Amino acid sequence: MDSTTIIAAASIVTAGFTTGIGCMMPAIGEGKAVSSALNSIAQQPDAAPTITRTLFVGLAMIESTAIYCFVVSMILIFANPFWNHIIAK
Amino acid sequence: MKLSPDQTIFWQHGFITINLTLVTTWALMLVLIIAARLVTRKLKTDINISRWQCMLEIIVTGINNQIKDIGLKNPKEYIGFIGTLFIFIGTANLCIIFPGYTPPTASLSTTAALALCVFIAVPFFGISKSGLSGYLKSYLKPTFIMLPFNLISEVSRTLALAVRLFGNAMSGGMIVAILLSISPFIFPVIMNALGLLTGMVQAYIFSILATVYITAAVQDSKKTDKPELETIKKINKNG
Repeated sequence: MDSTTIIAAASIVTAGFTTGIGCMMPAIGEGKAVSSALNSIAQQPDAAPTITRTLFVGLAMIESTAIYCFVVSMILIFANPFWNHIIAK
Repeated sequence: MKLSPDQTIFWQHGFITINLTLVTTWALMLVLIIAARLVTRKLKTDINISRWQCMLEIIVTGINNQIKDIGLKNPKEYIGFIGTLFIFIGTANLCIIFPGYTPPTASLSTTAALALCVFIAVPFFGISKSGLSGYLKSYLKPTFIMLPFNLISEVSRTLALAVRLFGNAMSGGMIVAILLSISPFIFPVIMNALGLLTGMVQAYIFSILATVYITAAVQDSKKTDKPELETIKKINKNG
């Protein structure tokens, strides 16, 4: 295998793994957050606005990790610096 | 495939480049300013108000209430900044219902600029509330060991704000573009509807996070000797 093939294969496989793992773990985290928020809303419906707002902020924090993974895999596929370096040669 | 609207260039001379992001941003700003001018030209305190004034009042009151709920006592000082962020990002993300439109928030330069505004606004509000030394002391809390971590968090949350909004707006357009090549009739429409929801939630999140950061900067520097007691009092008052 020459270096072009290695770089292409490594980029594609890594992009797939990045999105895969980066979707799984935040999904678990968000599921836990939502379930405990629903539990606490069921126990204390009066506090629902506060819980909802805090939940949204927390979800955004968790979600951003997934977004980082997505951005990294997009860079690997569409704007890969190593690939551009090899192509330019 | 184009990753961001920065790559669509209309005019270039030296390092001055006019791309799609700039054009959409300025068009949105024009539309927002003209609409706000037209609506606020004849405000009434009557019972019968125009429907546009009613819409504007709902938006302003809603933002005010949200800011107050988070813990800023006087929302009038902050609504100029936070409300502008919310309305601009919200409009930019909602306009994806127009065909051929790329949201300017799908470019990292726009979101980085917005996040830098938050980065500058936090010390600005903190200093204007409690003076330079009072604000700088908030970096030494709870102990001076936390100083480097406070500084790192200041930078990293700005980065997170920028990348979060960029990633969400960009991924919406990207998913629709990918789905168009797989199942080109109905399904992209559903994903676009989901994109409207995500866009609105992201606008909300961005402004809420900006408010939370400003609140932290403003409240850290304030001296409250017994915060636990106040919380207990508040809980008792609420029943």
